[in-house]
Amino acid sequence: MTTHAKNDSNIWAERVLAGDRRALARVISLLENQEPEGFHTLKTLYPKTGQAHIIGLTGPPGGGKSSLVDRMIQEIRSRGHEVAVVAVDPTSPFTGGAILGDRIRMQRWASDTGVYIRSMGTRGSLGGLARAVYATVQLLDAASFPYILVETVGVGQSEVDIVQVADTVVVVSVPGLGDDVQVSKAGIMEIGDVFAVNKADLPGSQRVVVELQSMLDLGSHDVWQPPVVTTVATTGKGVSELITAIQEHLVVLQEANLLTKQRLAREKEALLQRLTERIRCDITKQWSNKQGNQAWENLAAKKTDPYTLEEQLYLSWKGVTTVDNQD
Amino acid sequence: MERPIRVLIAKPGLDGHDRGAKVLARAMRDAGMEVIYTGLRQTPEQIVEAAVQEDVDTIGLSCLSGAHNHLFPEVTRLLKEKDATDILVVGGGIIPEEDIPKLKEAGISEIFTPGTTTATAIEYIKENVKR
Repeated sequence: MTTHAKNDSNIWAERVLAGDRRALARVISLLENQEPEGFHTLKTLYPKTGQAHIIGLTGPPGGGKSSLVDRMIQEIRSRGHEVAVVAVDPTSPFTGGAILGDRIRMQRWASDTGVYIRSMGTRGSLGGLARAVYATVQLLDAASFPYILVETVGVGQSEVDIVQVADTVVVVSVPGLGDDVQVSKAGIMEIGDVFAVNKADLPGSQRVVVELQSMLDLGSHDVWQPPVVTTVATTGKGVSELITAIQEHLVVLQEANLLTKQRLAREKEALLQRLTERIRCDITKQWSNKQGNQAWENLAAKKTDPYTLEEQLYLSWKGVTTVDNQD
Repeated sequence: MERPIRVLIAKPGLDGHDRGAKVLARAMRDAGMEVIYTGLRQTPEQIVEAAVQEDVDTIGLSCLSGAHNHLFPEVTRLLKEKDATDILVVGGGIIPEEDIPKLKEAGISEIFTPGTTTATAIEYIKENVKR
């Protein structure tokens, strides 16, 4: 069975490398659905990764992220490059369904073969991205897109998963969301490599620029001082400057020998997360048996406490095989 | 893991009426599907390309302009060209009874006319997706 899966994934890998969009789309689904075949394909393709500039966009809902992505596609295309987009929207925690609506703003690129756009539901992840984004970006990188744009769900203050994926994070702000205390808060205001004040044709946008700049002046930035760029996504104003700032950021990272280091750190973190997830699955499976049920009953009757139970779970996980045989 | 059904809801041609498409998209979301809505005035080429990129199981076409006889078969023709006939295509809108057999012949699996409940359409899709 494994050899079969392996052969299949080699075929997927070949098709992806040959520029077959149907295969690319299908492998992304395999990754989203956590099918082993998807990860086998990535094993084959991994040596091809590391070429793309991965750009994250995050900011509040309705701030114009998708419209800005549309204009960024336009700018990147006009500079002669291909570009891929992963746009994430929230999955309902109640039904598992989702309306993936980012694409509407970018649909004029549907028939441009130099652009690939994929919409994704969060499927339970809470950090602004979907679990499959990391692997999907690697796949798009291997498929030799030089630019990959990742749009998070509309975020509030603390959803910062995007730093685990992107080389350059663009935080999109808009006028009218609060005073200068808001920009001093921890969380997403700390992760911007470039700040875009969108809807800059609206009153109050200059105030946001000043607040952001004074917030940034207070921080210590050794190699890179995040710039604040004003944009109007509906007209495209400022988008060329935005792309230039994003490109400069990558150059600075490269020159300071930080890019490889940061990518390796992200790889390590992603690996740890997958490992944690697997162990979590193992433990859940292991304790959905009679022994587990008995433990929950004991907990309900206060015959035991959750901390003792945790200790027992941990120890029995370490001796996985003996417990596995019980059911 | 049970994977959600992915649906593309599309409005082909020059037709600005998307209330029905939006209501259906919302109902599908509530039925646990991932719904990609591509907005108004799409060409069949844009719809098929989006469906391939998004790897959807189903395309739902909505047309109230009367141009369904031209636009719907164009979508299925392009899907054939892309070797993507495993994507189920259904249609809805103001579509006269006598047009339906021809549309079905062209590869549209089912046509939902005014009065169809969202539940009927969702049930049909759940039972007929090809993979």
